[in-house]
Amino acid sequence: MIRNTKITAEVVKEHGLTEDEYALLLKIMDREPTLAELGIFSVMWSEHCSYKSSRVWLKTFPTSGPKVLQGPGENAGAVDIGDGLAAVFKIESHNHPSFIEPYQGAATGVGGILRDVFTMGARPIANLNALRFGDPKHPKTKHLVSGVVAGIGGYGNCVGVPTVAGETNFHPSYNGNILVNAMTVGLARADRIFKAAARGPGNRVLYVGAKTGRDGIHGATMASAEFTEESEAKRPTVQVGDPFTEKLLLEACLELMAEDAIVAIQDMGAAGLTSSSVEMAARGGLGIDLDLDRVPVRETGMTAYEIMLSESQERMLLIVKPGAEKVAERIFAKWELDCADIGEVTTTGHLVVSKNGKVEIDIPVAPLVDQSPLYRRPHVPSPKRPEIKAANTKVVDPIEALKKLMGCPDLASKRWIWDQYDHLVGNDTIQTPGGDAAVVRVRDTRKALAMVVDCTPRYCLADPKTGGAQAVVETWRNLTAVGAEPIAITDNLNFGNPERPEIMGQIVGCIEGMGEACRALDYPVISGNVSLYNETNGQAILPTPVVGGVGLLDEYTQTVGIGLREPGRALVLIGETKGWLGASLYLREIAGWEEGAPPPIDLKRERKTGDLVRSLIRTGKVAACHDLSDGGLLVAIAEMALAGGTGAMLAAPPKGIPAHAWWFGEDQARYVVGTSNAEAVLAAAKAAGVPARIVGETAAGSLTLAGGGAISLGELRAIHEGWLPKYMS
Amino acid sequence: MKAAVVSFPGSNRERDIMMALERASGVKPSLLWHGDAEIPDTDLIVVPGGFSYGDYLRCGAMAAHSPVMKALKEKAARGTPVLGVCNGFQILVEAGLLPGALMRNASLKFVCRQVHLRVEDSQSLFTNAYEKGQVIRVPVAHAEGNYTADEDTLKKLEDRGLVAFRYVAPDGSLSPEANPNGSIRAIAGIFNDSKTVLGLMPHPEDATDPHAGGMDGFGMFKSLVNALH
Repeated sequence: MIRNTKITAEVVKEHGLTEDEYALLLKIMDREPTLAELGIFSVMWSEHCSYKSSRVWLKTFPTSGPKVLQGPGENAGAVDIGDGLAAVFKIESHNHPSFIEPYQGAATGVGGILRDVFTMGARPIANLNALRFGDPKHPKTKHLVSGVVAGIGGYGNCVGVPTVAGETNFHPSYNGNILVNAMTVGLARADRIFKAAARGPGNRVLYVGAKTGRDGIHGATMASAEFTEESEAKRPTVQVGDPFTEKLLLEACLELMAEDAIVAIQDMGAAGLTSSSVEMAARGGLGIDLDLDRVPVRETGMTAYEIMLSESQERMLLIVKPGAEKVAERIFAKWELDCADIGEVTTTGHLVVSKNGKVEIDIPVAPLVDQSPLYRRPHVPSPKRPEIKAANTKVVDPIEALKKLMGCPDLASKRWIWDQYDHLVGNDTIQTPGGDAAVVRVRDTRKALAMVVDCTPRYCLADPKTGGAQAVVETWRNLTAVGAEPIAITDNLNFGNPERPEIMGQIVGCIEGMGEACRALDYPVISGNVSLYNETNGQAILPTPVVGGVGLLDEYTQTVGIGLREPGRALVLIGETKGWLGASLYLREIAGWEEGAPPPIDLKRERKTGDLVRSLIRTGKVAACHDLSDGGLLVAIAEMALAGGTGAMLAAPPKGIPAHAWWFGEDQARYVVGTSNAEAVLAAAKAAGVPARIVGETAAGSLTLAGGGAISLGELRAIHEGWLPKYMS
Repeated sequence: MKAAVVSFPGSNRERDIMMALERASGVKPSLLWHGDAEIPDTDLIVVPGGFSYGDYLRCGAMAAHSPVMKALKEKAARGTPVLGVCNGFQILVEAGLLPGALMRNASLKFVCRQVHLRVEDSQSLFTNAYEKGQVIRVPVAHAEGNYTADEDTLKKLEDRGLVAFRYVAPDGSLSPEANPNGSIRAIAGIFNDSKTVLGLMPHPEDATDPHAGGMDGFGMFKSLVNALH
């Protein structure tokens, strides 16, 4: 054992371990650790890698179902989509690095999630992202938007995976902690899903991909601490991405997977070689010996500590049968990538790492993983907010309010962003960005996958349980609105410091609401990621549990978009409208008031309404469909009008509901459909016991409210499309 | 029509264009690798889009010097038709098969969107299924598609009718808003002197399916089949 650094209390603290955690480490090791060993415990027990604050709550999610082939715990989840195929997907955050270095932070976020998916044997077919930035007036926001968008595009475009959907919001709570959540969806053969459990003592451990450098050391630990003014000095802990190498690694891995060579495979993501080797050994209940002298490095003089903790990108660890190294070497040579035999699977149950012929690390794997700290942190529920009566809110002319909402940062068109993403490569993108959900065809079949990411953080702040449920339900509704059957979700829980009971209360509340919604909709969680400590100087972000949903269309030609394309069609509102303005966008943008309880969620009604809408779409009864969310009915119809280039003449609000609540209320479980067969739609709704009413008719040129003003599509488009390009110029 | 598609490490639209070729001709194209020093007999060679060798140097500059490009140049010199799309156009320019240069987009950003092109010549191998002056809608997806050339070259391109496509508004008129990358004279694609080589930035292959991008790009592949059978 090499011991050239004394492990003092100071060194332990720098590694982010508490006194109790260090005491546990000593008990497991039964001796003082080497610095490299301490480094390994530090990253493996970081919040990022160990989920120590969230694990007890994550266990409450429903994670199984008839279509689930792989639930949480592997590199990504997988569901059966028939025809012998599986959809493999996951979402992951790269929040902290993206704030420090937006281009590389966001780019490597995309790289990491792509690897998580192709590690499973799936070819990535689509990327999505959920972005949260600070106040547009904050001096940093513009620079961050520009860098993050360029980074996501720069990586995904080069790898050749289309970026098909996403969402972007702005709120001052993200001024010091932006959120960059990236999701990848891939396709694999259902009987050829690759996993990360080491098997077979004597099997070889292969390192493939890019060389190891000193970048990103302790990225996982950084992602597990609050930001302070000094955080920007942590720029060197941000990794640098190389999408070209990723593309080669993707092709080489898929080529090797087609051979019978790989026993297990794991991406070197957070905590690099450490987490990949430890997790593979732990899952297989085995040990691994590594010889670091054989690791391809791009700098000289790297120590065991540095090699084990480097987060250099575009690397994979494989376990192959003896003899299969040759196959791997041939394929990786073709793709001009390194492939090195760096060790073997053992029966010792220990991770034993040597360098220069000396053992530098010898850790029992099972306790490192199984005894990792687990906290049931104290939590207090968020205080209940009062309901806000529509009669007590500010009333402005509906057309004026519409103009303001359609041009506000959260609702303004994000075309400036998706124009920078190649959303077409592959030629299977059936529904492009800007609709309710993207639809990507499953090549060589009649099927397509629908996919979307959603979260309404202001609802989560107002009432975590309702907000958590709403995030799940909104994805379900968006998938339904393109005609898809929702299958499963992945989640990215972004919160502040879990050591604060009120933040922990948000986490617990959101998870409870999400779980309840997933159970009611038979919509299990199959993968996910947790990002905590999103705080700067004690200022936490809004609770932001982002949900990524995936659904299936058996016949891709049945999908409908949001665009209204022909005049003379009826617009039918499906679902019940009471005019709920609490925590609405109208209240925030028009009245300047971030108050009130969010709209309640009725999961039975959601399901009944969504099932009706899906059957209307699949039987060809509607030509356009849009779910109602931020901004309510009038915003939804305005979006439909702009998307298809046809306006509408809208009927006056029904009696009993104030006009502003009718137009802008955010009651849930609602959709608007455009149809030439309103009678059939109304009859089907009646039969299903779902309220539905005709609210207008499509008409060329403008949006007109009966007895309440009008706006031309040209003016509306200028407002809606104008904000972001103007802001970024 | 037998087509061969050349792929480099980093190519990423080879599958798109192979599908489009197959849809038009009924024949599966063959795929060549960058290290191939020989190209088998074929009716058409296609250089697809992507980021060859990562395009960390000037786009297409590395690929232009690969073994397969040497073979491609020999074939082109003997009259085998060559189509270069997006990165393929950049590579053909770097290889000296087409004049001019492709610079960073005027916006300095990657741009992916549907654009309208005016077909400037309907007599070529690549465009005979279109009408002269026809406006088609196809997507672009690139960061470096800003075509430029010196005045003499531009004059030659115009005088000899070697401009294949221009970016236009839906009504066929030229306008700065319709030009996605700042290309001089709104040039989207050009022929070589003998019109046996075409390079263009837009992706007609991603407009060959009624459910994914429409059919406006199909005419190019149909033209090739008409001419080359």
